[in-house]
Amino acid sequence: MNNTEKKVHEPVFHVVKRDDMPLWKAWLIRMATIVVSFFIVGFLSIAVTGQSFAGTYETMFSGVFGRLFEGHTTMLWKYLQEIVILLSLALALTPAFKMKFWNCGAEGQALMGGLASIICMIELGDKLPYGALLAVIAITSILAGAIWGVIPAIFKALFNTNETLFTLMMNYIATQIIAYYVYIKGGGSNVINPVSAGNFPSVAGNDYFVNIAIVTVITVVMYIYLKYSKQGYEISVVGESQNTARYVGINVKKVIIRTMIISGALCGITGMLLVAGKDHSININSVGGQGFTAILMSWLGQFNPFIMVVMTAIVVFLRIGVAKVVDTALLNSSFSEIMVGVVILMLVGCEFFIHYSIKFKHKKEAGV
Amino acid sequence: MKKLICALLAVAMLFSLAACGTSSGDDSADALKVGFIFLHDEQSTYDKNFMDAAKAACEAMNVEYAQKTQIPESKDCYDAAVELIEVDGCDIIFADSFGHESFLIDAAKKYPDVEFCHATGTQAHTAGLDNFHNAFASIYEGRYLAGVAAGMKLNEMIQAGDITEDEAKMGYVGAFTFAEVMSGYTSFYLGAKSVCPSVTMDVKFTGSWYDEQKEKEAAQALISGGCVLISQHADSMGAPTACETAGVPNVSYNGSTVAACPNTFIVSSRIDWTPYFKYMIECVQNDKAIDTDWTGTIETGSVVLTDVNEKAAAEGTAEKIEEVKAKLLDGSINVFDVKNFTVTVTDELNASAVVDADGHLTSYKADVDTDEAFAKDTEVVEDGVFYESKHRSAPYFDVEIDGITLLDRNYG
Repeated sequence: MNNTEKKVHEPVFHVVKRDDMPLWKAWLIRMATIVVSFFIVGFLSIAVTGQSFAGTYETMFSGVFGRLFEGHTTMLWKYLQEIVILLSLALALTPAFKMKFWNCGAEGQALMGGLASIICMIELGDKLPYGALLAVIAITSILAGAIWGVIPAIFKALFNTNETLFTLMMNYIATQIIAYYVYIKGGGSNVINPVSAGNFPSVAGNDYFVNIAIVTVITVVMYIYLKYSKQGYEISVVGESQNTARYVGINVKKVIIRTMIISGALCGITGMLLVAGKDHSININSVGGQGFTAILMSWLGQFNPFIMVVMTAIVVFLRIGVAKVVDTALLNSSFSEIMVGVVILMLVGCEFFIHYSIKFKHKKEAGV
Repeated sequence: MKKLICALLAVAMLFSLAACGTSSGDDSADALKVGFIFLHDEQSTYDKNFMDAAKAACEAMNVEYAQKTQIPESKDCYDAAVELIEVDGCDIIFADSFGHESFLIDAAKKYPDVEFCHATGTQAHTAGLDNFHNAFASIYEGRYLAGVAAGMKLNEMIQAGDITEDEAKMGYVGAFTFAEVMSGYTSFYLGAKSVCPSVTMDVKFTGSWYDEQKEKEAAQALISGGCVLISQHADSMGAPTACETAGVPNVSYNGSTVAACPNTFIVSSRIDWTPYFKYMIECVQNDKAIDTDWTGTIETGSVVLTDVNEKAAAEGTAEKIEEVKAKLLDGSINVFDVKNFTVTVTDELNASAVVDADGHLTSYKADVDTDEAFAKDTEVVEDGVFYESKHRSAPYFDVEIDGITLLDRNYG
């Protein structure tokens, strides 16, 4: 009898979900992961560049903060600007993700918002007073992003189409529309020169202040919306189980469409921040793939806007810092992408170990 | 135990931070430093050409330099310039991509004491800034010479009986249908025509500076359309490798492709930016003004050809190239001499051209000054020659001449 029991195949280990990890311990693991991943990045950089340990981190810091300690704040503002763009895309995706609607179309929704901005700046720049122009830019960008976001939502709500594919395809359409617009306005040279009308004002000599302020407000509002509003609660319920939502009398279709309008509108705002608040021009690379990085940021932030601030700050720090290491040591720029990938992978991996534990076979035997 | 490790790592981290705070990244105020802004990195043949030249020039002149790669054509270019100036302490800023220009001009306005140089741009002569400069090279002369090599190969094929004179058709893979590319393929064609009068050419555009698949497909389409020799103006290995596979001779660009295409590579032209970088550094060192528009030539060493691949090229190609080069240098040949080509003028085609009874250009207005309407503003034909790169360094030849057929158009 004993023999036959032993012959039953048992996996070497199996994964068990755990809910018992205390919050402080989970956060300690996360912090440790971040620290360790920074060390890995450091060591890999040293291995490739041959620089000293301190020298490598010094290069990274100088890339991000410049000569901050000597009173030069330019680079710090640039760092904050990069954070808020990625953050605002992550925030835009969060309500949709919380609803388990996989919006992979932040890139296209932001591009459409940016397109609305640049059209207003070019066509209405000399026709409207400054304040009215900014208002029109804001309204049209929000509308453009919302429309681009709501089209897949309508199809999802009415025909249950796959929103991942749908939103991805919408990105390609948006990119082609931008390419066509750049062709019309840029003529043979394929470049739209920066437009001087409808630019966000610079505050105390700082071009990015308005962008940063807007995203700060959105972060706080989004936190309150998701955590304390009725709509935020409805989003959670629909995300947990559509049947439960239906049972308690939530109009699921309405929630899906409404949430995607919000998600698209926020992406549209990001497009506006990029065009009116930064480039004053547009091209197909204006969002630069950040719409996809934002998906990860939203997840790593566990749909909590304030954690997202921390996560985006870390990822942008690495992106800029390692790029500086790359440029200083004349390395290939793929190196910085690899490093950011390593850190994101580690962060994702640590979430896995926080939420699941691995039980090995021998342990179980020991228990028996 | 885990906590202990965490704590130790955190302390170590803090130490490394502290190390940054104390040592400052100041450069000595006197040493000249050049900052380079590149669109991509060395994986693009276009940027690699600039990066190699930057390294060569700065090492030869014994000056320091800093670089920023992967800078898109957006305000990131402005920010990169600010960083190179404020953090790295650069005295000259150079950017390599067309779309960088406007953002670089913004930076030039903010930092009047720093010199800004920009390749391929068009706005320096109208921007009215003392510290913003454009540069390009008369690469059309290099392409003309490469065209001579192509024409000789065609002659060899005709003499061998492989093709008839009427079948001497070349194919050209271009990126976009605008002056920089049009000037290039026209000069290439004229070079071939100067030795093989019956030559014609088909052109296809990919709509991208770097798209290996599209360039390959365009080359294959041209070959199956009867083209017996291919050249290209785009930055990937797409066209050369398609030629090697099909056994069709190829005249390359941006550098030699002989390693990948030993049987079909004839010769390649490219712009060497080292002379310009040396020039701009010298100017700043000696407190001289940098030219608003600088055009590198064969003479300055900016327009260069690789070694001829004897295996694929016709006999005597290298000697013939030297002979024609000497004539270009002494001025006895002009690439865009109006006698060498004819132009058909219709309402849609070449509308700003005026031709005589034989179809030779007598007048042409080109879009030299950048404006929103793309107005054709400047007369460029003088004394029987279309003067390319005279009124500004970037090319403006966009005439569609007889003998070249555009199979498609692509503006991006």
